[in-house]
Amino acid sequence: MRSQEAGRNIAVAKVLMKGNEAIAEAAIRAGATNYFCYPITPQTEVAEYLARRMPEVGGVFLQAESEVAVGNIIFGAASTGKRVFTSSSSPGISLMQEAISYMAGAQLPCVILNIMRGGPGLGGILPAQSDYFQATKGGGHGDYRLLVLAPSTIQEAVDLTMLACHLADKYRNPVMIIGDGMIGQMMEPVEFPEKYTEPELPSNDEWAATGAKGRKPRVIKSLFLDPYKLEDNSVVLYKKYQQMKKEEARFELYKTSTKNKILIVSYGTMARICQTVIDELEAEGVSVGLFRPITVFPFPEEALKKEATRKNIESVLTVEMSMGQMVEDVEKVIAGQRPVLFFGRTGGIVPTPDEVKERIKNLIKKEHGTRKQAAKTASKGKTSTKSKAKSKKKG
Amino acid sequence: MSEQTKTIFSRPETLQETVTHYCPGCTHGVIHRLVAEVIDELNIRERTVGVAPVGCSVLIYNYFNCDFLEAPHGRAPALATGFKRLRPDMIVFTYQGDGDLASIGMGEIVHAANRGEKFTTIFVNNAIYGMTGGQMAPTTLPGQITTTCPAGRIVEQVGEPIRMVELLATLNTPAYLERVAVNSPLQIIKARKAIKKAFQYQVEGRCFSLVEVLSTCPTNWGKTPAEATRWLEENMMPYYPLGRVKTPERSEGN
Repeated sequence: MRSQEAGRNIAVAKVLMKGNEAIAEAAIRAGATNYFCYPITPQTEVAEYLARRMPEVGGVFLQAESEVAVGNIIFGAASTGKRVFTSSSSPGISLMQEAISYMAGAQLPCVILNIMRGGPGLGGILPAQSDYFQATKGGGHGDYRLLVLAPSTIQEAVDLTMLACHLADKYRNPVMIIGDGMIGQMMEPVEFPEKYTEPELPSNDEWAATGAKGRKPRVIKSLFLDPYKLEDNSVVLYKKYQQMKKEEARFELYKTSTKNKILIVSYGTMARICQTVIDELEAEGVSVGLFRPITVFPFPEEALKKEATRKNIESVLTVEMSMGQMVEDVEKVIAGQRPVLFFGRTGGIVPTPDEVKERIKNLIKKEHGTRKQAAKTASKGKTSTKSKAKSKKKG
Repeated sequence: MSEQTKTIFSRPETLQETVTHYCPGCTHGVIHRLVAEVIDELNIRERTVGVAPVGCSVLIYNYFNCDFLEAPHGRAPALATGFKRLRPDMIVFTYQGDGDLASIGMGEIVHAANRGEKFTTIFVNNAIYGMTGGQMAPTTLPGQITTTCPAGRIVEQVGEPIRMVELLATLNTPAYLERVAVNSPLQIIKARKAIKKAFQYQVEGRCFSLVEVLSTCPTNWGKTPAEATRWLEENMMPYYPLGRVKTPERSEGN
């Protein structure tokens, strides 16, 4: 497959590929033929693959001296108006936060892949989802957001990498793909689209630094010393984030039905494990549904609210490979209308379906049981009040 | 009368008509002009992109009539690398002070130079942090008083000032490295020649090029412009010798 030129859009049959390599290939096919990197486990295969592949497609590959430099190199590269891609893992992504904040402020498009490993600090090298806060709430300084996509299969990682390239250009904003270590290291059959097409984009003629020939000079910057101008810039960014919320929220439902009493909210690899859990529970006669955010910023708020507050849903269980990060967004959306519970493992531990199943069974036994009991007591109380009132009337 | 009128001095096309924000006696204005004149002379303005630093010259793009990128503190060489790698047909230069280049941006400049990135750096060394109000820089001289070394730079505690061009000259990768000063008309003419040479090497796609310019900061040195120039001559020049430290021709022969 590597002998084919990217961009020629030749149909390929399904091929077995490692997540990191599949994402790298997807970036090339989406026209992000400029890649800068620094090695870090568990995503180094992206760099290794592109070191071989970029020369074949006439692209730019450069290994820099640090992730601090990589972030700033992509800042410079993105200023040309061309598609730029980088990848790293948690500690490396922390080092890129400086440039990410500047790029968001200067409205530059780029695609950043974070194959997340356990933290904080050097942490470990095994899969985790503990960079959710960093990815969705900021990470760097200032009022800004990234568009954040969270694939749960290698095929979806390919599709979302291509989408990320498009969205970065559409919004002139950095887009981050968060995959846990499983997404990076796992091999699965993938299919690249026969022809990569995307909706038309606004031209970059208006903003890229291309030389002041026949026009006024352009400055790509995030510096606005006049507070009114800085506020104006933040308002421009805010409006983009509002538009993202309106147009880009993506999610998937799995086995949601009126029989569900529990709705699981989970993303990435964790969501796939939850699918297994749901299948197994179904066989045992327990009906559970899954809500899987595909974009975690924008968080699919409206859709989750609708699913979680259906009459049949008694509680919502958020399952993550962290100590509980996305659960805060879930709580915010559900706003006390349903109990929001959490199950998570962290530090590189990927929960087994059995662990999750046990948590759900306990939930049904204990929490639901207690609530039913509480509900019964409450309704008894009500009845007794009513009867008292009645008796009063009678009296 | 009009036939006899001859323009002998005008604003370079690469500079915009604007009011300076630099302090009286500051040498940034002179250095800006030298860079602009060279860009005019080489006829490269329409394909030039500058990278601004953090420091007094953070607003350099308000003076230049060419495209600019505003880098985080010290990272101008990284931005220049990314830009130039994607657009080798364009001319890219960074303009950095001593805190920006020799302190927070030490990693970026050393690695960009070592990779032989084909851009040009104008390194303005005035031995102090200007914009933040006169703190110790990596190039502050031994005994020199600043707000963060009120007793003067004590080398036993914070080390000796860094000679950047000599440091970069230890790298094996071919480069053009020269130190100049802007303390007198003669030195300004020499500085202009060095800056032109640096840009020429880039136009030819030869090598990384850097010109260190010894300059003054009367405001934060607490001196009049004339005193500051004298201080530069008596104190900076002996520690930071002027001259060509490395050329690609010489290192190619190594």
